[in-house]
This record gives sequence, C-alpha cells and structure tokens, in this order.
Amino acid sequence: MLTLPALILVPLAGSLIAVFSARRSATAPRVVALIAAVAEAGVAVAALVSMLATSGERLMWVSGGNNAVATSRLVADGLSIPLVLLTALLGIVAVAASWRITDRPGTHHALLLGLEAAVMTVFLAGDLILFYVAWEAVLIPMFFLIGGWGHENRRHAALKFFIYTFAGSVLMLAGIIAVVMTVRSITIGEIGNAIPASTQMWLFWLLAIGMLVKIPVFPLHTWLPDAHVEAPTAGSIMLAGVLLKMGGYGLMRIAIPYAPQGFQSAAPVMAGLGIASIVYGALMALAQTDLKRLVAYSSVAHMGFVVLAISTGTALGYAAAMLGMVSHGLVAGLMFLLVGSLYERTHTREIARFGGLGVTTPRWGGIFVFAALASLGLPGLSGFPGELLAVLEGFGAFGWWMIIVAFGALLGAVYNLTAVRRVVHGEPSTEWTHLSDIAPVDLAAASLLAIGIVVIGVTPGVVMRLTDPVVTVLARALGGGS
Amino acid sequence: MTLFASNPWLAVAVPVFVALVVAVAGKRLVGMTQWFAVLAPVTAGMVGIAGWNSTAGPQSTSWLSQAGTSIETGIAVDGLSAIMLIVVGVVATMVVVFSVGYMAHDESRARYFALLAIFTAAMCLLVMSTSLVTLFIGWELVGACSYLLIGFWYRKASAASAAMKAFLTTRVGDVGMLLGLALLWKATGSLDIAVITGAAPGLAAGTATLAALLLFMGAAGKSAQFPLHIWLPDAMEGPTPVSALIHAATMVAAGVFLIARMWPVFDASEAARTVVLWIGTFTAIFAATVACVQTDIKKVLAYSTISQLGFMFAALGAGAWGAAMFHLVTHAAFKSLLFLGSGSVIHGAKTQDIREMGGLARFMPVTAATWIVGAVALAGIPPLSGFFSKDAVLASVLHASPLAASVLFAASLLTAFYAFRVTSLVFFGKGRGTTVAHESPLSMTAPLVVLAVLAATLGFMGDPIMTALGLEPEILSFAVAGVSVMVAVLGLCSACALYVNGLGQASRLSERFSALHRLLLGGWGVDALVQRVFIAPVIRFAGALYVWLDRLIIDRAVEGVGTGSQFIGRFMANLQSGETDVYASLAAVGFIVLMGIVLWIGR
Repeated sequence: MLTLPALILVPLAGSLIAVFSARRSATAPRVVALIAAVAEAGVAVAALVSMLATSGERLMWVSGGNNAVATSRLVADGLSIPLVLLTALLGIVAVAASWRITDRPGTHHALLLGLEAAVMTVFLAGDLILFYVAWEAVLIPMFFLIGGWGHENRRHAALKFFIYTFAGSVLMLAGIIAVVMTVRSITIGEIGNAIPASTQMWLFWLLAIGMLVKIPVFPLHTWLPDAHVEAPTAGSIMLAGVLLKMGGYGLMRIAIPYAPQGFQSAAPVMAGLGIASIVYGALMALAQTDLKRLVAYSSVAHMGFVVLAISTGTALGYAAAMLGMVSHGLVAGLMFLLVGSLYERTHTREIARFGGLGVTTPRWGGIFVFAALASLGLPGLSGFPGELLAVLEGFGAFGWWMIIVAFGALLGAVYNLTAVRRVVHGEPSTEWTHLSDIAPVDLAAASLLAIGIVVIGVTPGVVMRLTDPVVTVLARALGGGS
Repeated sequence: MTLFASNPWLAVAVPVFVALVVAVAGKRLVGMTQWFAVLAPVTAGMVGIAGWNSTAGPQSTSWLSQAGTSIETGIAVDGLSAIMLIVVGVVATMVVVFSVGYMAHDESRARYFALLAIFTAAMCLLVMSTSLVTLFIGWELVGACSYLLIGFWYRKASAASAAMKAFLTTRVGDVGMLLGLALLWKATGSLDIAVITGAAPGLAAGTATLAALLLFMGAAGKSAQFPLHIWLPDAMEGPTPVSALIHAATMVAAGVFLIARMWPVFDASEAARTVVLWIGTFTAIFAATVACVQTDIKKVLAYSTISQLGFMFAALGAGAWGAAMFHLVTHAAFKSLLFLGSGSVIHGAKTQDIREMGGLARFMPVTAATWIVGAVALAGIPPLSGFFSKDAVLASVLHASPLAASVLFAASLLTAFYAFRVTSLVFFGKGRGTTVAHESPLSMTAPLVVLAVLAATLGFMGDPIMTALGLEPEILSFAVAGVSVMVAVLGLCSACALYVNGLGQASRLSERFSALHRLLLGGWGVDALVQRVFIAPVIRFAGALYVWLDRLIIDRAVEGVGTGSQFIGRFMANLQSGETDVYASLAAVGFIVLMGIVLWIGR
C-alpha cells in the first residue's frame, strides 16, 4: 500500500521543489504547488479506491517489515479517509487562495505543502510516537505562515497560537507516555494490559485537553479568533478546515479508545463544553464587527456540535461528528476563501463598510449567501445531516439539554443572516462602486467547495459508508450502537 | 398517468431540473425559459392527480445509517399529499403564468423563476414525505426559498430585513420541531411517520403532549400563528405572485398539513389539542381586527391569511382535521386569487395604498370581477367555496367549544367587513389616485379567471376531499350556516355603508378612537414587544458577553499566563547577575529553607 506513504511524500517533495523553483521565477512556486496539491488529491482518491476495492475497512503500510525495531506504521480507515480527502481538497483550495501572493512565494507555498504533509501524517499515523510527532510538526509551518504572511498583529497571534496549542499538546504527550508505559505498545489500538479504571479518569482528560484546545471548545478558544484574523487566507483555510479536525479525530482515535471508562464519566462534562461552545460561539459571532472574526467564532459553534456528537458515544453520534467535521471543513474553507478574496480587493474586513455587494459583485454575493445558508445548517447542504444527528443522539444521551443546542441552532441562523443582510443586501455603498467581482481562480476553488457541500448535504451516505466499519467497532467497544 | 402514479419522485426531480435549466440559461434566454418553468408545477399537479386513488407503496431509502441503526427517508402519495400536490400544482402554475406578465420588466427574472421551481420541488418533498426527516428537509427548504424570494429585491433595506425576519421567526418554530423530532426518535426509535403514528396511542401522556406541542411550535411558525405571526405581514415585501403562492396558498398552510399528517400524535393528547384550538381561535380574531385598519392592500391580505389560518388551527384543535384541510383547499384558491388580484391592481394603479385607489372597476373590469368573487368567497357567502369550508370549521369548533365558536363568528363578521372595505375602497367610488389605471395583460388576467372559477366552485368538493382523506363526509349544519351567513352579510353591509362615500366617515371614526386605531395599525404592538423583549436584549447580551467575558476575562487570563511567565522569567534572569555575594546569600537562604523542610518532616 504505497499510496499511504505517498500521501505524505508527495506534498513534502512538492514543498522542496517549490522552494527551489522560486529562484527561477516568482510564479513558478504556485504552479509547482498546484501540481503537487492536485497530485496529492489524486493519491488520496487512489487510496479511497483501493480501500473500497479491497476489504473496504482499512489500508496499512509498515516500514521496514513487521520485525524491525523501529517500525513506523501508517493506517487509513473510515475515520482517516474522509479527513484525508478533505485535506487534499482544501490543499488545492489553499493554493488557489494564495495564487496572487508576491511576498516570498516559494517559502509560502513550501510551508503550505509542508503543512499538508504534516496533517496527512496525523490522520494516517498508526503509532503513538508518529502521531505525536506529526501533531506537533503541524504547528511549525502554521506558525511561520501566520507570522510571516499575516496581517498587522501577526507576531503576537502566531506566538499565542503556538504556545497555547503547544501547552495543550504537552499534556497530551504526558498522557501518551502514560498510555505507552501501561499498555506496552505504541501501536494505536493495540491494548496489551488494560488501563485501570481509576487511571483512566485522569488519563482521559490528560489526553483530551490538548485535543479540546485544538478543536477548540469554550473556554479554551481564544487563540482561534486571533490566529484567524491575522492569518493569511490560505492559513485560515487550512487552520479552520483541517487543523481543528485533528482535535475531533484525536478524541475518537486516541483519547476515547484508550480510556473508555474515563470517557464515560467525562462525557457529560464534554457534552457540556460542546453545548456551551455552540451557544457561545454563535453569540460571539453575532457580536463581531470584523467579518473574518465572525467566521472564526462560527467555527467554535460548529465544532461544538462535533464535540457534542462525540460525547454521545453512539455510532450515529460518531458518524455525526465525522459528517460535522467534513462539512465544517468545506463550509469554513469556503467562508474564509470568500472573506480573503474580498479583503484582497478592499483591504478591509469591517462589516459596516460593506453593503449591497450583491449588486456590486453579484457572483461573490451569491456564493456568500450560499455559504451562509450552508453555515446555518440548511437541509440539502452539508451542515444539516451532522447537526440533525448530533441533536437526535444528544437528546437520547443528555435529554432536554438539547433545548440549549436548539437555541444555538437558532442563533446560527441569526448571525449568518445578519452577515448576509449587512454585507450582501441593501443599497451598494458608494465606496465600492468599481469593485471587481471574485477572481476566476477563487471562483473555481469556491465551486469545488460548493459542489462538495451539496454532495455531502444530499447524500451524506458517501461519508457514512466509509466510516461505518470502524465506527461500528469503536461504538461497540463503548457499549453504544447495536 | 401511470408514469406519474408509479414515479412520484418526478414531482421533486422535474422542478429541480427546471430550476437548473432556468438558472443556467440565465438572463438572455429567460424569455423562453419562463414558459418552460410552468413544467415544474404542472408535474407536481399531475403526480397529485395520478396519486389521488393510487395504491403505490412508499419509496424509501436509508439516508443516514451507521452500525445497523438507520434513519429512513421516503416519499409516497396518499389522499392527503395528493390534495396538497394538486393545490401546489394549480396555484403555482397560475402564479408562474401570472408572473410572466407581472415580472416582465425585472432584470433578475431568471433568478425569480428558478427559485419558484426550487420552491415547488421543496414543497412537493414536504407533502410527499413518509419520514419526518424528509418532511423537515422540505420544511426548511421552502423556508429558505421564502427567504430568498421575500428578499428578492434585496437592495431595498425593508425587503432585506423582512426576509431575515421571516426566516428567523419561522426558525424559532423549526428548532422546536427539531426537538419534537428528537423526542419522537427517542420515544419510538424511528422517524418514519407511519411508525410514529402507529405508536402514538401507546405513548406516555406527557411524551405525546410534549411531542405534539413541539410539532405545533413548528407549525405555528410556518403558519404564522400568534405570537410567531409577526413575519408574515413583513413578508409582503416580496413580489406579489410570491405572496400568493408561498405566503397564502402553500407554504404557510404547511403547518396545517403537518398536524393533519401527524394527527394520531395530536389525537393522543387532549391538552395539546386544547392549546391548538385556543391559539388558532385567538389568532383568527386578533388578525382579523388588525386587517380592518390596514391601508396597504397586501397587508390586509396578509393579516387575513393569518386569521384564516387561525380558523384552520381552531378546526384542528377541535379534532376536525378534515374540515381544516377542506378550508385549506378553498382558502388556497380564493386567497391566491385575491393576492394575484392585488398584484394586478398594483400593476395597474402603481400603488399599494388603498387610500390612493378607488373606482378601479371601470378601468380593470376583469380584475374587479374576479376580485369580488374572491372577496365573497372569503367572506363566506353561499354558494361560493369559503362558505362551505368555513361552515365545516365552525360546526366542528362549536361542537368542541361553544366559546371558541362564538369568537370565530365574531372573526367571520370582521372578515366580511375588511374584505368589503378593501373592495369598496379599491374598485368603487371616485378615483383618488394620480395615475390612470389600466387592465393587466392576458397572462395576468387568465390566471385570475381560472382561480375565480375554482374559488366559486370548490365548495362542492367537500365530499370528495373527505373521502380522499378517508373521513366521513361533512353534513352542512344549517344552524351554523344561518348564523354564519347572517354575520357575513352584516359585515359586508357595514363595510359598504361605511366606505360608500370614500374615506370621510371612516377617518372621522379613526380620529375619534385614535389610540385604538394606532394600536390596531401596529398589530397590537406584538411586533414592537418582541423586538424589545427578545431581539434587542440578545444582541446587547452578545455584545456585552464579547467585551466582558471573552476579551476581558477569558482572553485576559490566557494572555495573563503568558505575560506572567514572561515576568517571572525576566525576574529570574535578573538574579543571574554574576555577583557572587548575591549567589552566596541565595545559597544561604536556600540552605535554611531546606533545613526547615527536613526538620519539619522529620519531627
């Protein structure tokens, strides 16, 4: 199964070539990056095809054979493949979004591809060491992307992002060490000696806290708006679209399987954090005057649904989390793409200065309305199936607390439609009468995401069929599902 | 016909296809594609007609499934959905044809007709669903189409705000409905309508009541029942044909349909039915009073719609869901007729203010004649359709609660009054407008004539409708009919008497009771109250929360940890001064502290 190492090596190679190609011409790196990103997507599709063609459950690749001392294994199953595909798609979108970058394009695209390689490694890691190394490796290119290509306050935001999430992952490292010491294996999912229930109580939180920071849940979220507002568009797309998903993935892949009893007792608290994030993120989004910050806070709300869904511990809950993560990747990616494209032409993100963009830039306005409807969870678009299942399963597990979630869903409509009302609707502002519409490259990237949003919304089964085998196993281990 | 009978999904697929074609063809080809758009509602109607007596089983697929648990979605046509499909098909066809004339000069016609087609698809999905999930999908999608069509002229601030208000108010109901779905999912383990209705009699009383009330919350939002009615008058910002289709005949009636569809759940809860009865009754009288003083022709019709929907909900609450559906059908005909008629008037007179109209019957004979048919039907005067269905509603409510019935009789009086207030002010008397009105083109008058014929005759369709729904035919109650005709004639005559000489008498009256008049004009202040009590505080709360909690406490704490450790680091760095006497004294302090600890532990 050489497709799995290829998923990591292709962007890495592209990254190296991009650096050197910058010497040739300023536009060469972006072409290299695009080719690498498209090739990566091709490899991801190949991995999907071979997974469906073989057992349909998982692909595995072990370095140096099974008896070598320092083996490293890559595994792709139903939890990873949807996120791998999402990462590959957003990789292309991110390259498109930074198409017109003129400041050190070689390094920029190299970092972007390096980031993609690191994220892929997280989703494919088959052992705990590789998982942790990749988890931390993701921080490095992201740190430089924000710090080097961000806006006014970039240094502070980059540092805050780095230290905050790093602090979380150090705790996770302690948890991973505790796991390895007890179960005597670094292979993910291989549990030799069971971990005592009393240990699991604190072990779960040790493992989960770094992941919850990454997602992020309230009140561990304040690094996110700062990082997003300062990050360049491509950085925001990858950050919201892919990096946040590492948290949800980590919970389902590592934290819960290693400490299932710890999870059982922590579930109500975790659901509480999820519910709080849904309402709090929506309220914060409603209070924003900066369009990008609004989208950033909406991520907190959307990921709250994912945390809630995971907390149910049921098969449909897990599926809801996966659907929610894929959907949020597409929708937030589209939103940040649009906001970035607007900023590029207006050099402002101040909501109050816009208005009537539906008249001035009809294409941009139309896509923005589409994205807002997707973001508020309109049926037929990708957000709905995940949110529906989160509420249905959440009601089964946590009862009438779902009233708060329902209120959050209502607020989701409020902030999204308020944004449409202020930015797209109304009489056009005289300031932007000669504003050009969305650039063709951005339009192409946006269409790609829009197609994904509709496909997932109409046939969520395409994701759920992939996740079914592994989710069945995981949920059974928790005593949920059938 | 068998094609439609065995493939009900065509009612969804064809409109979606039509929408895509219209959208892709765009502005240049809209002259052709606007006629193509008729195909969407025609298909819907055909599926309805084909399915009237069909016995084709439901077509369902598993939409969300994991680890053996699955949520099914599916569609089927039975009597109830066939009625709805025909209503949607007929009204939408008329509306599309009417729009060809009405929207002839609009730049964004392609977007308009594409949205109408999408709406048709979503509405068909809603009414054909065999699963609450599919139903909810259609339910939310018609809401989204309504949002996009109310805000069709989004440059106008009022239209943009009205669109948002409509979506958000109905969404309040929708999230309630979503909780209802969750409750039913937990209680019955299924979202299949047949399974739920089958299990309904066995539900615990509290569960049944809660589920019914949560579903009713969704219905009340969509069907603009008090206090969630506030969006409908504002929704009149949309193009008038849209108001006729979505905000009079089909989408707003979906709430009635929902309760009829989920009837066994309501049957299982007396308490929930009582709530439905009284909300409906109150809405009927409340909206009727407001309709009596509005000066915008469309606002009158909007409040009238709210009031008539109240009649339907009262019938539902009284247990007569067949009567409610009957009134839904006749109302769809005469109210869409009145809306399209008002569109024709607005098109001809270039104003929506009835105070600036008058004497239009001379210039717009077809519009006037058809309007009067609609108004008489609305007022409930025999033998037009509204009389029969309203009689069925009133008879059933009288049976359940005489008090509610007497309130509805009062509402009927007001209904006749406001219907003929508008009629006399718009079509009779002297002209008060500045422009010379003209009759509308054939594409607009033809639908009016068709709908007028329906509005006049549908009253005789009561028995077939009841049979299709699997219910006993209603027998006309002569006592109720007599009273109802009397109050209708009374309302009609007083309106004609008051407005026969124009506005003079009425304005004297409104000056005398100016406080009451202002209160009525503003819809009893409900709108302003909601604004003050719910919306403004949430927005202020969000703003305050952001400033105080998010930035000042949480983020400050985070940054505090950062700056705190920097400070400690700098302090520690200062100790590293290179002066040996400082090091020596620190070592001495350290020694003493360590000794202290050792001695304390070993004591």
